[in-house]
Amino acid sequence: MTLELRGITKRFPGVVANDDVSLSVAPGEIIALLGENGAGKTTLMNILFGLYSPDEGEVLIDGKQLELSNPSASIAAGVGMVHQHFMLVPVFTVAENVVLGLEPTEALGWIDKDAADAMVREISDRYNLAVDPDSMVEDIPVGVQQRVEIIKVLVRNARYIIFDEPTAVLTPQEVEEFFAIVRGLKEDGKGVIFISHKLNEALEIADRIVVLRDGKSVGEANPKTATENQLAEMMVGRPVELEVQKGLAEPGKVVLSVENLVVLDDRDHRTVDGVTFQVRANEVVGIAGVQGNGQTELVESLTGMRPSLAGHVFVDGVDVTEWSPRAIHKLGIAHIPEDRQESGLVLQFTVAENMVLDSYYDRPYSRGIQMDWDVAAHSSERLVDEYDVKTSRVDVPVSDLSGGNQQKVIVAREFDRDVKLVVASQPTRGVDVGSIEYIHKRIIEQRDEGAAVLIVSSELDEVMALSDRILVMFKGRIAGEFEGATATTTEVGLAMLGSGGSHD
Amino acid sequence: MTDQGTQSPPDERPPNGRSFDGVMDRIAGIGEPIRRALLLPTLALVLALVVGAFIIMVTDVDAWRRMGDEPLAALGDMLDGVWVAYRELFIGAFGSVRALSETLFTSTPLILAGLAVAVGFRAGLFNIGARGQIFVGGLFALWVGLHVDLPAILHIPVAVIAAMIGGGIWGGLAGLLKARTGAHEVITTIMLNFVAAFFTLWVLKTSVFQEEGSTIPKSAPILESARLPTIFGSQYRINIGIFIAIAAVFFVYWILFRSTIGFEFRAAGFSPSASLYAGMNVAFLYTAVMFLSGALSGLAGATQTLGLPPYTVTDNFAGNIGFDAIALALLGRSHPFGVLWSGLLFGALIAGGRVMQAAAGVTVDLVIVMQSLIVIFIAAPELVRAIFKVKAAEAEPTQVTTGWGA
Ligand SMILES: Nc1ncnc2c1ncn2[C@@H]1O[C@H](COP(=O)(O)OP(=O)(O)O)[C@@H](O)[C@H]1O
Ligand SMILES: [Mg+2]
Repeated sequence: MTLELRGITKRFPGVVANDDVSLSVAPGEIIALLGENGAGKTTLMNILFGLYSPDEGEVLIDGKQLELSNPSASIAAGVGMVHQHFMLVPVFTVAENVVLGLEPTEALGWIDKDAADAMVREISDRYNLAVDPDSMVEDIPVGVQQRVEIIKVLVRNARYIIFDEPTAVLTPQEVEEFFAIVRGLKEDGKGVIFISHKLNEALEIADRIVVLRDGKSVGEANPKTATENQLAEMMVGRPVELEVQKGLAEPGKVVLSVENLVVLDDRDHRTVDGVTFQVRANEVVGIAGVQGNGQTELVESLTGMRPSLAGHVFVDGVDVTEWSPRAIHKLGIAHIPEDRQESGLVLQFTVAENMVLDSYYDRPYSRGIQMDWDVAAHSSERLVDEYDVKTSRVDVPVSDLSGGNQQKVIVAREFDRDVKLVVASQPTRGVDVGSIEYIHKRIIEQRDEGAAVLIVSSELDEVMALSDRILVMFKGRIAGEFEGATATTTEVGLAMLGSGGSHD
Repeated sequence: MTDQGTQSPPDERPPNGRSFDGVMDRIAGIGEPIRRALLLPTLALVLALVVGAFIIMVTDVDAWRRMGDEPLAALGDMLDGVWVAYRELFIGAFGSVRALSETLFTSTPLILAGLAVAVGFRAGLFNIGARGQIFVGGLFALWVGLHVDLPAILHIPVAVIAAMIGGGIWGGLAGLLKARTGAHEVITTIMLNFVAAFFTLWVLKTSVFQEEGSTIPKSAPILESARLPTIFGSQYRINIGIFIAIAAVFFVYWILFRSTIGFEFRAAGFSPSASLYAGMNVAFLYTAVMFLSGALSGLAGATQTLGLPPYTVTDNFAGNIGFDAIALALLGRSHPFGVLWSGLLFGALIAGGRVMQAAAGVTVDLVIVMQSLIVIFIAAPELVRAIFKVKAAEAEPTQVTTGWGA
């Protein structure tokens, strides 16, 4: 009675996404599939779910060979998958979404609404999901939408459930709730494959951890005995320093001063609603908060990309409110934008072009209106070396690089000059462990060289690890302030939800 | 959306490792290496010739009549028809000094207007307004050619610059509208085409331009000092316009790939949000690139009003150039050298087609069909690639394996 993948190999042009990978799950067992971005986790699970056909290997369910590359066969055999991106129709109710795609329950495919509601309610009660069948999907939070996906899988009588990076979209509190649900599934005898690249999560939830690196299975670990450092080393292939090593901050003069800033979002809501704070030289201030509480607009406003409605921003005593992005950049502000693929990089441009993206207009990269690509290429090569960007050449499109290396391109570009103030938004989102370590090191280095650093991240761990001082943003306001050295995850987490926090 | 079984595999990144997949970018070939910019049009031409041959055979009515009695002879006739048609096409395009002159002469405005559209594509804008810009630019040059008295050494440059300014204003207007109000350039340039065409019709009947005693919209001959000098004497139409076109190719190459503003154009074309982040003024860039695009179309207009014997200008002097230009830019993969190559191909087809019609009795419409086929093949590069089995590795920029996965 197990699910078994044997010797799965899957090749894409230029990459071996899975290289002779074997894996098994028993009912009532939680397997964590751990690996960096690009390790091949999604590919492996898509093979199991019948979306890709493997080049080699087989899948056995309860000893029976599964028909490959046929999702219907996988579903019939009891495999269910909650994808990384949800597949829900926002304007349908929960119940409607759940019955979509099921066999028609009545003649002519009419949906029996009461039966559907009852079905959803039954499952929701059994697994403590607290989902209301009648609510519209677009009105419910992401965490609940995820549970709708779980119901969809359970309705199809799945016995083995795959979760592809389910925690990526959740807040710390939602993660705990999610884990409770997964434990419920386990008790009910489901076999669970939990995909993640977060070490602490794998350690917390799994009965067994399987680590994938570069498409190969590099081994298993027992969560009772394994440490984060061991797992990180398995994932990356070399020892990794997980704890950010930093000395005590000796904050100097105020570099960034924000006074009563009010910023509207695209829909004219006051998403930043009177925010005041300072960041000093030699200090890292982290802004924690659930995504969508005004952090994005705050950063855009600080960096000149979004006008403010009221309030002031001072850098080194100069009022830079309403300055253009270029003027602010010239002052010595390094900006690591929230969405590196949207704003931070021109994906189709080469590494070299991206390295000069915001400094191309000046010497040494251009003279007058003529670009000097030789200089740009040379300095890109230097930066690629200096910042450990893994790329064969600087004239390949930056889209060919991994997420972590793309981010290092941005970091290299922004830090390679005299920096007064660093504004880094989600600096390590979607970035592999090795690169996270590296980027954190560089940020602390900037602090130690005298820059003021403002970090905005929805990863609480990241804020906690980097910050000398933590501000929590909730509904457009600063809802709490904590000392980095003494704050606990619980109290900051609570403040993120709008309760508690030692307001200053 | 409904059945899990039919869902496409989810992933953070698209399969080919590039998350840009703008349809227009792909069709316009943005981001492709130059080798491909030259290879694909050539392959498409070969395919179009094959299909064209088929059409010639199928439409050979006489041969079909004989098909019942003497099928082999009829088939022979058909193949003969293809051979004669293509021979004449080739001779008409390359077979003599006159043929070469006609090919280059016809290519000149096509290359210029093709560059105009390509520049727009590079900045993410679809300039359908080359036609209008040709009209306005051409009229500016015409006015200078008629009413300004200067020695040729000054007269021609002044007229040409006037054309660039005129076309530039007409294009820049669409850019300004987009920058200020967000009006889509496809709509505004189409509208401006109509305005320019009817304005031309009207203005050529006013005393400013109209030939004295004429009742149709036709200008007086321009002053001799403003006529683009021919290269091989007045019996051949080819004039220094072709040098202007080639210079424009290199100039556009320099602008796009060597200048700071070209860097900004391309950045804004790929990602307006990244351009904003990088401190570029995207609104200004839209206006500037449309001005440049219009100025290039204006040059095409100048070659039509200053270089076309008998140097009188009628209201349809923009011909089909404005629309052929779109095809050309696509064909040339929006690369200046690709546009040059495609412009020469189209010029040869058109010039050769005229001779083919006269000598082989095959209608010149076949050339239009072939042009259209070429564009279809280009818009469907997968098709061309499949037919010729262009290896993916050959056609795509090489992927780097980083050792870090995705
Ligand atoms: N459809 C695809 N076509 C080509 N390459 C792919 C495709 N899907 C994934 N890959 C490549 O396979 C490797 C593994 O990807 P993936 O399974 O998504 O990793 P993970 O889920 O662990 O982040 C990566 O190098 C990725 O670029
Ligand atoms: Mg994945």
